[in-house]
Amino acid sequence: MAAQMSTAEIGDGRPVPAPKISLRGVTKRHDTQLALDRITLDIPVSTFFVVVGPSGCGKTTLLRMLAGLDAPSEGQIDIANPQSGHPQNSMVFQGDSLFPWMTVWDNAAYGLKMRNVPRARIDDVVGHYLNKTGMYGARTLYPHQLSGGMRQRVSIARAFANDPDILLMDEPFSALDEQNKTLLHEELLRIWEETRKTVVFITHSVDEAVTLGDRIMVMTAGPGRIKTIVPVDLPRPRNVVELRHTPAYGELVYDIWAQLREEVDRARSREPGSKS
Amino acid sequence: MSSARTRSLCRERAISILSPLVLLGLWEICARTGIVDVRFFPAPSNIIGHLFELASSGALWRHVGASLYRLAAGFIVGCVPAIVIGLAIGLYRPVRAAFDPLISATYPIPKSSLLPLILLIFGLGESSKIAMVAIGVFYPVVINTAAGVRQIAPIFLDVGRNFGASRFNMFRTVALPGALPLIMTGIKLGAGMGLVLIAIAEMVGAKQGLGYMIWNAWELFDVQTMYVGLFVIAIIGFVMNTGFDALERAIVPWRKG
Repeated sequence: MAAQMSTAEIGDGRPVPAPKISLRGVTKRHDTQLALDRITLDIPVSTFFVVVGPSGCGKTTLLRMLAGLDAPSEGQIDIANPQSGHPQNSMVFQGDSLFPWMTVWDNAAYGLKMRNVPRARIDDVVGHYLNKTGMYGARTLYPHQLSGGMRQRVSIARAFANDPDILLMDEPFSALDEQNKTLLHEELLRIWEETRKTVVFITHSVDEAVTLGDRIMVMTAGPGRIKTIVPVDLPRPRNVVELRHTPAYGELVYDIWAQLREEVDRARSREPGSKS
Repeated sequence: MSSARTRSLCRERAISILSPLVLLGLWEICARTGIVDVRFFPAPSNIIGHLFELASSGALWRHVGASLYRLAAGFIVGCVPAIVIGLAIGLYRPVRAAFDPLISATYPIPKSSLLPLILLIFGLGESSKIAMVAIGVFYPVVINTAAGVRQIAPIFLDVGRNFGASRFNMFRTVALPGALPLIMTGIKLGAGMGLVLIAIAEMVGAKQGLGYMIWNAWELFDVQTMYVGLFVIAIIGFVMNTGFDALERAIVPWRKG
């Protein structure tokens, strides 16, 4: 392991003490199509790690492999063992992932129930996170009675309540309008400050990446490779709205967008109709 | 809800209550004026009167009780394995590979044509009637349950796995509730099929039950009793459907609308 760590030269050059997540040459093929190409990467503990890339670059594939829902075709993923009593990871899925047949409360309590956590503890933890996300008053409702933003808040409460070592978030806010998104960014950061869990967050929004992240990994258009990893040295705790006024924020957004731009253009040029 | 919509709903309900009553009224008039032959189409008032006679003598209740018992027993015997097998077919590809051809091959066989075989295997007693109902219930429930599991969005299975659901909990918290709306559809179809088959099964080799009552009335040319039997079967079907609709609303509260 130590030898592997010394080879970790990707990133911002800062020393990497104990990677929570470590990928070595991770490659994924769907049939013969190369989706991810030799991803080598260390994510330190307590880092809010954001992945941006053009659509189809394998971001979701990467996250699903971290979640253990898919296996890499080649390469190795090492994830530090979770503290005892904690699950290794919980995922906030893209789109509607709340069980339509469960109330808000039962959805948020799902992970804890599956782990047979004592009832009193479930009541505490689920109550806490439903309060934090402002969904406690809606705890007896079913998902179809909620707006998209409310559903996504419950989905976040479900992941946090499960108290995992690592939080995996797959474009959790992509379907929401701008106002809801800003509010949810604030909520997410507030909850995250309390726990400082390791987060891997996927998005196609550069603004979202800079607002939330400690490090931002830009991926190339498919097959996904690491284009660059940019550190975000904006102070925390962050005020989502104030942050946008600062020059440092603007510069970061500009830099990352410039990097991403090339990849988006490349992805576009491959779309049917532009060139065979 | 707007008042215009409420009004049109009320009107629809009134029409659906009135239309059978108007039909019965026409029938009554035709029977009394001799336009139709009362040997074949006795007046509804006579049929109702005969129904009360049969009910007060206790004969009707004996037949209804026998049929309902067979229906209920056959329903449970057919429905429970159908749900379990249907869930397994929907969840596990090898199970599907094993059961799908069997089900598709045997499903098109008219269930009533199995009656002689069932009588051969189970004899003339209760078990052959229960088996007929069970077969009728089994197919729609197993097919709809499997389809119900397969239409569950894959994301819900991912959520179950990601949050550490055991195999049993995948069944209990994802597959079963996710398939429940279609399972209920299967149950309603199955119960209707069960009612059809119990009437047929009781016409052959039974000493009581509504099917027997109707067949016996034919043999004795007791047309009024025949109509009473048909009428009571229709009522049972209607009550069953209403009951399952209410059950569906109670156990599928997340259904939109």
